[in-house]
Amino acid sequence: MVFLDFEKPLEKLYEQLEKIQQVDEEGIVDMSATIKELETKIRNTRKEIYNNLSGWQKVQLSRHPERPYTYYYIEQMCRKFVELHGDRFVADDKAIVGGLGNLDGQSVVILGHQKGVNTKMRQYRNFGMANPEGYRKALRLMKLAERFNYPVICLIDTPGAFPGLEAEERGQAEAIARNLFEMAQLKVPIVCVVIGEGASGGAIGIGLGDRVFMLENTWYSVISPESCSSILWHSWDYKEQAAEALKLTADDMFANGMIDEIIKEPLGGAHNAPEEMAKALKRHIKKTIAELQEMDVEERIEARINKYATMGVYDVIPQEAVQEKEGK
Amino acid sequence: MGWFKRLKDGIQTATRNKKEAPEGLWYKCKRCKETSTMKELKENFLKCPQCNYHVRIGSHDYFDLVFDGNYEELYPDLISRDILKFSDLKPYPVRLEEAKKKTGLNEALTVAKGKVNRRPLVICAMDFTFIGGSMGSVMGEKISLAIDHCLETKIPLMIISKTGGARMMEGAYSLMQMAKTSAKLTRLAKARIPFFSFLTDPTTGGVTASFAMLGDINFAEPEALIGFAGPRVIKETIKKDLPEGFQTSEFLLEHGFLDFIVDRKDLKERVSDMLTFFDN
Repeated sequence: MVFLDFEKPLEKLYEQLEKIQQVDEEGIVDMSATIKELETKIRNTRKEIYNNLSGWQKVQLSRHPERPYTYYYIEQMCRKFVELHGDRFVADDKAIVGGLGNLDGQSVVILGHQKGVNTKMRQYRNFGMANPEGYRKALRLMKLAERFNYPVICLIDTPGAFPGLEAEERGQAEAIARNLFEMAQLKVPIVCVVIGEGASGGAIGIGLGDRVFMLENTWYSVISPESCSSILWHSWDYKEQAAEALKLTADDMFANGMIDEIIKEPLGGAHNAPEEMAKALKRHIKKTIAELQEMDVEERIEARINKYATMGVYDVIPQEAVQEKEGK
Repeated sequence: MGWFKRLKDGIQTATRNKKEAPEGLWYKCKRCKETSTMKELKENFLKCPQCNYHVRIGSHDYFDLVFDGNYEELYPDLISRDILKFSDLKPYPVRLEEAKKKTGLNEALTVAKGKVNRRPLVICAMDFTFIGGSMGSVMGEKISLAIDHCLETKIPLMIISKTGGARMMEGAYSLMQMAKTSAKLTRLAKARIPFFSFLTDPTTGGVTASFAMLGDINFAEPEALIGFAGPRVIKETIKKDLPEGFQTSEFLLEHGFLDFIVDRKDLKERVSDMLTFFDN
């Protein structure tokens, strides 16, 4: 088990539990009452910690090394899945994966960012940072879905689009922009879920949909708290403050009307009961797809565009003030 | 005896390297360091008369360069709100006030409607001097309104980008402007109303990764910095020096992301030509 710094009280309790269980197994003393007591204590402590998570703590949770990634959810949710590779131009990106899936009898195109599960794989997956080929592969799969009238599911989990030399040469910006443009007009339903990190253009590049959900302990913003700290505070040390200031949690994003729903995670985070998490996710996605399929194609596209068109808050200078300024 | 002693007589700094000149009379080129008069600069389409460096200019300078005389400003009364109560080293409202004072503008984007060789055009142009030309809710909404106006009137749209990208102080709201503007542009495309994206120095981040790359025609000023990630971030990521000319307009043209590059002196004619082509 991996414990994050704010989970330290839990770590101690688990250590105690382990020792007592050992004694119990030796069979000399019956410790079952103490074990029960400790387990209750662990549950309560966990509840207490998890009820009061700060923005930064949620960022940490979203990056928990044991957290389930896209492949896991696909495997859990789809009866069958065939991965499809390549953008048909340059390469097969390893940070965005996708293919055809069967969701209880419904064919879907399901894709998402994939992070590696160990050091070697993390490198192989480029830490979930896609190159333009990833976005172009995603678009190719979405167009396939459109042609055969299958819904599209996008799972978002990235610290950002890769800021590399080749990425620029091959048009990282164009690839993301093109996806936004095409996703806005895609004729089939699109459901997007932030399952981990939702950083900036790298996230929204597969994130424009009819419905956008966030798992409870994830974040979504214009920049990572670290980079924000570096740019605005001129130091890497203000990531906690930046995480608060950016209002990047699922609660904030829902309150500000930028996502449609929050999907609750099991106590202790998705990694604590991944199967349960995948079931909840599947339930939400299935229900949403069914709702969206009821809509007429043009109506759905218009509603999608209108949803984004209303995002943004601004003020209007009162007319008197304008006239006064002009009068001067 | 004084504390300091002059070792060499006379002024040592070469005149060409002399800093500070009275505002408004002289222009000292950032690139070649040569000095010209403002009059010469203006006569040369706001490019350095010595080395052709395209000086970073403002929205109204572009309007003057492109439109036939008069133009009408649209939606001038939209202003940013501190939605997130954002504060880093400075509170966002203070940054906004300072920017307004410094630039005399209300926001980083100005929309204007005018005529180019007697053909109507709506231009959205950015001011880099206003918080780095950053895109927040107001920029997104102004572009969105401009698109609606173009849909109604069938007038072509041109966006002149000059920006560092999204405005962090508006958090995810600024990110969503990428989706908002791109989604709205699809309506313009469906209605077959041309959209020209003109990229100037610099155009990076969320603006490049949305509407700036989505023009029916994408074109740029010479030697402008254009990219997704900024050069510093890329350098830190790959831990190598960047090749010369990386992320310039010429680089993007070579890699297939621009239709052409245009010198500022030919800008108006080129825009006018495009309006003529698309008028058929």
